[in-house]
Amino acid sequence: MAEFSYQLVEDVAKELYIKALKYLPPDVKEALEKAYERETHETAKEIFRTILKNLKIAEEQGLLICQDTGLPIYMVTIGSKFPVDGAKVAKALDKGAERATLEHPFRGSSTHPLTRVNPQTSVGKGLPVIHWEFDEEADYLDILMVPKGSGSENMSAMKMFIPADGVKALKKFVLDRVIESGSNPCPPGIIGVGIGGTADLVSILAKKAIVRPVGSSNPDPQLAQMEKELLEAINATGSGPMGLGGDTTTLAVHIESAYTHITQNPVAVNTQCWPARRARAKIYADGKVEYGF
Amino acid sequence: MAHYNLTTPLSEDDVRQLKVRDTVVVNGHIFGIRDATQIRMFDQNQEPPVDLKGAICIHTAPSLRKVGDKWEKISIGTTTSTRMERFTPPLMEKYGVRAVVGKAGLLEGSLEAMKRFGGCYLAIVGGAAALETTQIEEVEEVYWEDLHPEAIYKFRVKDFGPLIVAMDSHGNHLYFDVKKQIKQKLPELYKSLGVE
Repeated sequence: MAEFSYQLVEDVAKELYIKALKYLPPDVKEALEKAYERETHETAKEIFRTILKNLKIAEEQGLLICQDTGLPIYMVTIGSKFPVDGAKVAKALDKGAERATLEHPFRGSSTHPLTRVNPQTSVGKGLPVIHWEFDEEADYLDILMVPKGSGSENMSAMKMFIPADGVKALKKFVLDRVIESGSNPCPPGIIGVGIGGTADLVSILAKKAIVRPVGSSNPDPQLAQMEKELLEAINATGSGPMGLGGDTTTLAVHIESAYTHITQNPVAVNTQCWPARRARAKIYADGKVEYGF
Repeated sequence: MAHYNLTTPLSEDDVRQLKVRDTVVVNGHIFGIRDATQIRMFDQNQEPPVDLKGAICIHTAPSLRKVGDKWEKISIGTTTSTRMERFTPPLMEKYGVRAVVGKAGLLEGSLEAMKRFGGCYLAIVGGAAALETTQIEEVEEVYWEDLHPEAIYKFRVKDFGPLIVAMDSHGNHLYFDVKKQIKQKLPELYKSLGVE
């Protein structure tokens, strides 16, 4: 078995981007299958049938699930029992994302924000997005890759409420946002909600909420209850798959939270589409790579 | 809701028979267009180099690879239509386009044009590019190639769909209907969350 190297991290970063674009996580697939079985509206049922057929074709023929290959996001956890050089990991992720785009090849969507020039690499200044976490117990490098398409990301929003607005303002904000988004984010996906922190942190929390497996609940019972209430209210809208009416408007509502300032009450929504793509790899010191979701 | 198997080019009768919630499968050709294509057509007043009478247009920016003179498919999917709203009435009036395929729908202006000229909006399942890519048999022509991936693409399709009639030529708009129903339920939904 080969030893760990930063070249290996680059190869894995490339592989993860391509895998994420072709194979949906089993929890998302299962949630879509269950939603299909439960659905009582004929139009919505036809949409679910098409979604499931699409997933099968993508898997069997190695095609991209969706043409929007998105912007690359890597969520990295460095383990204390296997310390690595963060700067070198960052460089490897950048190169891996670019190589996936050029070598597969697929459409790159990264663009200069003013000139709108697209280098066709999926990267550029500030990209890929990388979030770092640390785990004292881990003896591996954990990389979660999330390609984020624009249909869903464009529907995301953040607001700084004040304490006097209470928790109900946060719930109203989430429900209103989902209703307003309608068919744009290719529902039913995952509604990620961030609560607390600062303006930047609350947005990151919402993004971390969309990568939690469907079927998981927040360990805090109060937040778990809020997830359940919001899920029921969103599905009771009847907006349905692709906003054309139906029983399932979202597969899940996930909330992640942090402490905030005594004068602050922030909330963020990160919208994820039905192709809720993500792919994970754990890389060990001996060069062993475990792929998962 | 009825199911129709349509072959292009479409006649006015083909379109007038369709009602919202009907499903459609298409054989023949569809034309890929998008933002930049229509900016050239309508803001820069350039005539498209292909006849679009009776055509079905799809909002797409395909991922293709040019090998010699041939265009090979990598992934062809559909984008949000709402951005194309102001181009759609002239697309139907001036060039005789009969149907637009996309996701998220169009607005009042397009609905009015569909009523007047005999047009419709066919919703595709967004994100389902693997299926679309296999239902497109061949990229036969690319016009205004300098605009790629926003050129005009002539796709030959086989059993393309299912597409859902989301706006018809009789003034019905499925997205608006769903939104109206949500508005009626809203007070009850707020109550369930403890919001007055």
